[in-house]
Amino acid sequence: MAFVTANWNPLGESFYRKIELYEMGWNLKDGLRECLVAAAPYGGPIALLKGHYRRSPSARPQLEIYSSSGLPLASFPWKSGVVKQLGWTVSDDLLCVQEDGTVLVYDLWGGFKRHFSMGNEVSQSQVLETKIFHSPYGTGVAILTGALRFTLATNIDDIKLRRLPEVPGLQEAPSCWAVLTQDRQSKVLVANGSQLFILDNTACTPVTPPGLSPQASSIVHMCVSFSYKYLALLTDSGHVWMGTSNLKEKLSEVDTKIKTPPKQMAWCRRPKSQQPSAVVMWDGLLIVVGECKETIQYHLDDDSVLVPELDGVRIISGTHHELLQEVPGACEEIFKIASMAPGALLLEAHKEYEKESQKADEYLREIKEQSLLSEAVRQCVEAAGHEHEPETQKTLLRAASFGKCFLSNFPPEQFVSMCRDLRVLNAVRDYTVGIPLTHTQFKQMTVQVLIDRLVYRKLYPLAIEVCRYLKTPEYQGVSRVLKHWACYKVQQKEESDEVIAKAVSVKLADAAGISYSEIATKAYESGRTELAIKLLEFEPRSGEQVPLLLKMKKSPLALSKAIESGDTDLVYTVVMYLKNELNRGDFFMMLRNQPVALSLYKQFCKHQEQDTLKDLFNQDDDHEELGNFYVKASYKDQRLEARVALLQSAVDEYYKAKNDFSAKTTEDEMRLLRFQRKLEEEKGEQLVGFSLHDTMTTLLSVGLHKHAEQLYKDFRVPDKRFWWLKLKALAEKEDWEELEKFGKTKKSPVGYLPFVEVCIKHHNKYEAKKYVSKVTPEQKVKAHLAVGDMEGAAEAAIERRNESEISTVLSRCSATTDHLLMERLNRAKATAVKK
Amino acid sequence: MASHLFCGRVNLNILREAARKDLREFLDKCSGSKAIVWDEYLTGPFGLIAQYSLLKEHEVEKMFTLKGGRIPSAAVKNIVFFVRPRLELMDIIAENVASEDKLKPREFHILFVPRRSLLCEQRLKEKGVLNSFTNIDEYILDLIPYDGDLLSMESESSFRECYLENDQTSLYHAAKGLMTLQALYGTIPQIFGKGECARHVANMMLRMKREFAGSHTQILPVFDTLLLLDRNVDLLTPLATQLTYEGLIDEIYGITNGYVKLPPEKFAQKKQGEGGKDLPTEPKKLQLNSAEELYAEIRDKNFNAVGAALSKKAKIISAAFEERHNAKTVGEIKQFVSQLPHMQAARGSLANHTSIAELIKDITISEDFFDSLTVEQEFMTGVDTDKVSTYIEDCIAQKDPLIKILRLVCMQSVCNNGLKQKVLDYYKKEILQTYGYKHILTLKNLEKVGLLKPQSTMRNNYPTIRKTLKLWMEDANEQNPNDISYVYSGYAPLSVRLTQVLARPGWRSIEEVLKILPGPHFEERQQVPTGLHKKLLRCCRSRRGPL
Repeated sequence: MAFVTANWNPLGESFYRKIELYEMGWNLKDGLRECLVAAAPYGGPIALLKGHYRRSPSARPQLEIYSSSGLPLASFPWKSGVVKQLGWTVSDDLLCVQEDGTVLVYDLWGGFKRHFSMGNEVSQSQVLETKIFHSPYGTGVAILTGALRFTLATNIDDIKLRRLPEVPGLQEAPSCWAVLTQDRQSKVLVANGSQLFILDNTACTPVTPPGLSPQASSIVHMCVSFSYKYLALLTDSGHVWMGTSNLKEKLSEVDTKIKTPPKQMAWCRRPKSQQPSAVVMWDGLLIVVGECKETIQYHLDDDSVLVPELDGVRIISGTHHELLQEVPGACEEIFKIASMAPGALLLEAHKEYEKESQKADEYLREIKEQSLLSEAVRQCVEAAGHEHEPETQKTLLRAASFGKCFLSNFPPEQFVSMCRDLRVLNAVRDYTVGIPLTHTQFKQMTVQVLIDRLVYRKLYPLAIEVCRYLKTPEYQGVSRVLKHWACYKVQQKEESDEVIAKAVSVKLADAAGISYSEIATKAYESGRTELAIKLLEFEPRSGEQVPLLLKMKKSPLALSKAIESGDTDLVYTVVMYLKNELNRGDFFMMLRNQPVALSLYKQFCKHQEQDTLKDLFNQDDDHEELGNFYVKASYKDQRLEARVALLQSAVDEYYKAKNDFSAKTTEDEMRLLRFQRKLEEEKGEQLVGFSLHDTMTTLLSVGLHKHAEQLYKDFRVPDKRFWWLKLKALAEKEDWEELEKFGKTKKSPVGYLPFVEVCIKHHNKYEAKKYVSKVTPEQKVKAHLAVGDMEGAAEAAIERRNESEISTVLSRCSATTDHLLMERLNRAKATAVKK
Repeated sequence: MASHLFCGRVNLNILREAARKDLREFLDKCSGSKAIVWDEYLTGPFGLIAQYSLLKEHEVEKMFTLKGGRIPSAAVKNIVFFVRPRLELMDIIAENVASEDKLKPREFHILFVPRRSLLCEQRLKEKGVLNSFTNIDEYILDLIPYDGDLLSMESESSFRECYLENDQTSLYHAAKGLMTLQALYGTIPQIFGKGECARHVANMMLRMKREFAGSHTQILPVFDTLLLLDRNVDLLTPLATQLTYEGLIDEIYGITNGYVKLPPEKFAQKKQGEGGKDLPTEPKKLQLNSAEELYAEIRDKNFNAVGAALSKKAKIISAAFEERHNAKTVGEIKQFVSQLPHMQAARGSLANHTSIAELIKDITISEDFFDSLTVEQEFMTGVDTDKVSTYIEDCIAQKDPLIKILRLVCMQSVCNNGLKQKVLDYYKKEILQTYGYKHILTLKNLEKVGLLKPQSTMRNNYPTIRKTLKLWMEDANEQNPNDISYVYSGYAPLSVRLTQVLARPGWRSIEEVLKILPGPHFEERQQVPTGLHKKLLRCCRSRRGPL
């Protein structure tokens, strides 16, 4: 195990180590010399533009894309303009910034996706330098133009170009510059000689790094840390100044003693590490600077590129791929020579245990005596995460597991999830996959993103394995991978629709939450409408199917899908679309076959297009509804002639519909209207629009008895109702004489109680009493009570020997005035009850 | 503030809080001061979710009612339309936007309730104003927590839409609402239903469930069964006059969105010195829900039992106030004082309900009320349902309110499984002559939805339903009810009976009746995520443990 520290180098308080990740699989004749190189962070792909410095039209440069382990992904001759810069987006797309400010976007398989321009100003004055940066808002592009102005786009997926203010006194290209993200804003830091400026949207502010060595006359290089929190400046005097990026605090300054300008500089700082450190690279030399005067120097054989990462720097050369980082705390504690840290002791104990030596017990005791065993286990687990060699990982995890046996109640989650994570990490670090993620990076990037990256690389089976192994919810995991797979699958031109549709449905059958419409859209976009329709059949969400079906001009299908969804708005949408697309006849025919759509459309017409409604009824020979339609229309018209004409149409329709009742009723209505009009003209009485009942009441109340009688006969109003009506009308008028006369015309079909009540209602007790005697015996009590004749009521009730009537009368008696009556009633009640 | 939602067996406040959160989020999206332009129909339902104070906290400074022309001037940055997705409303909005002062532009937003609509957006586009809106969003408000044991869609026209106009939009909203409910309270394992619309809702729910497959809710189901019933399975119940306290308030004054407006005379503030000098003219608006202790106690009582309950309460309250004489020590007085606000609220509540009860009593003791109820009960017990009722005839002759006539005629039709053609035509003619021929369409609509129908050749099967489901109980106990028939003093609502039978012994026992009632009956099971299934079993077991 001693060799673990073989590649460690001390710097101040801590150690740095350089780990070989891969021996590169590519075969580059000239190494990285004369190549434009871009490597994506988080172990992403590498793009090379070869032969790009030779500007002869005959030899086109070659663009090549590799995985981190150097396996080729794509290679094609570059046919567009002069490329100034390559860079990767957060979603593994390659950006190629051309001299004229055009940015071309490729996927990592070299497929062209799109292009966009950085604006007129840039294309006119040409790109001098450019930087591609990442911020919380996505991937951005910053350009320094030939006119020495900066143009910035913070997010290439939502391009909003910003031209930054001018830098005062800038005559030629600045010695160096960098993009910062501060206060949710991207800013540019520019060095012009020894002057330093911050450019934001509105202003150019001069700034001074605190405590910068006075010997410096120019800042020749700068770099910002991965988190944008720290800044390193390299001066022409060879000093590296390190501080916070807001330039408020200096962390350290180290003299590299090399005054030539470097090729590259990058931060090399772990999160939570105490020591700021940066890596500076010259031809053949790499220096790590930290807080102390000393530096670590590495010799480089080959042209190399530094790729800053969250927790270190990757160094890619023509043959090798290495990771340089500060040794993580847990690893240092365990492996540092002569370490007595609990983790180190536990590792030792486990080693002895394997050897079946009793020393194991001694070590264990020692840890346990200090009650540091759980700490020891934690250290071993953590350290395992930071080691790249599976053998070392295993040793550490075994030690942790051994230690755990002597602990009760030690939470297992950390150990279990570390084992899982490492299994996944080792799988993706594999040479064939080539994603050299550290555990820290993995945690930062999340499983979701890792799966995305695997999907971009078309490593679908591995992605699914990872999802299943890590138990990612299906919706975010397996289903998503399968969807991507299917989207890719439908673009394979060589296979037939049937084969692909079947393959997709079989694979996706059990996966939950698959959006088939997305896959179908992909198929449609690649010109395979039939396949798209087949795939849409699998989409459970009708709402998703409809827009695409409309786009593909499959309107009948779209309509039935919309109806299936139950979402009426969706049905309306399709119906309105069809209305505009089809001629009227076809449109009506289509609706006819879809009753749900038809009734919705009728609803729409009712409010918006009355005439269409009529046409629809006509088409269906729906005479009943047509009749109703005319009746309704008749009420909207003010002119009597028009109303009658409309009603006549209604009558005709009702007859056609064999609805005699409605037809006759409507004829009655016309008759009434005509009668009302005639009378209005003759007598000047407002009548049109009144119901028959109200018309008669009005006529009676103005004394036109004959006319009322005529209506009563003509419309065959039942006797009872006419009596009621007349009775009430006369009472209303207080025409008591006429009422009495009316009451004597013949035997009342409603009886005489109503006469009594109607008089009482109009407070005429005198008139009311006239009718009491005529009331039938059953209603006598009620009638007497109505006129307030208690004696009469009592008499009638007792005569009828009706218990409940007696009770009613009793309840109306008051104890003070009707004392005697009550006695009589009570007696009668008693006998009635006996019976 | 929403204490009435806690009192039931399920905490419905979760639903209300979820709705409030969505509202806040939307309001915050339109940053800065704002004015809300209301589709008036929505103010009632929204009142059940949030009061003005919540809107105010989110910088709502003004409120207007949606109407044509220009929106009144208000110094606000945003104008937010709260509307239902209806074309006619879009036209008004377009008019509002077009007549906006071009010099002082304000930002416009639309919040569709309960759902966005492509159709409406298309209309706005045609009118050339779609691009004037910064935010177009939807506010999903399907099931509104109405009381501790009641969710309502507050959608009063859905019966009309479903049965008359064949527009099943409200069913879609219902299904969506039930999905939201399940997202918050867990998947409901069993679904039962009866009727075409119920079947449609269940189908949509199952389909939506498939659509959301993969995003299971990991919530222990709170509801074990969902029962979906079509209104047309039980047309009788809404036709009958309600006889509970709350029912009568609704019959007489109408309860909308939890509020009732009452004639003010009875509620005049009696202050000393001015014996009812200024009678208030504005109707008194009262909120009615279970947050009010007394109301919760008497709302569901048969009205005949309310008087006794009120006087008992009066005694308790005055006894509580008498306590102050017994309070001797400082501690006792302090305790008494601390209870005062509660007691005063109780006294106020008692005064209100006593007044309401008096108002109602004036009506219930009237002969007219009694006669009409008698006829209703005769119909429900199957007396003379096949002939023209003299009572109805007399009511028409006296031109009583049309709604009363229609309710009675429809009830007779329902209780007779349709009326003889002669009888039906007679009623129709009487109604048309008395209330106007325009009601020919009203009557046709009633026939279309099945409330009124001619008797088919089939025999009247209402008696079978009545007997099997025990819809009529002779000895309904109004004071201390032991059966649901007390609510109508004899009639047990059909839908309640269906629910009771479903709970025990199951619908299999009433197959025959289910066949008579319209529409299919069905049963569906929804799978509960396996992890939860075990938990659920454990829960049931522990719940049953002590029994």
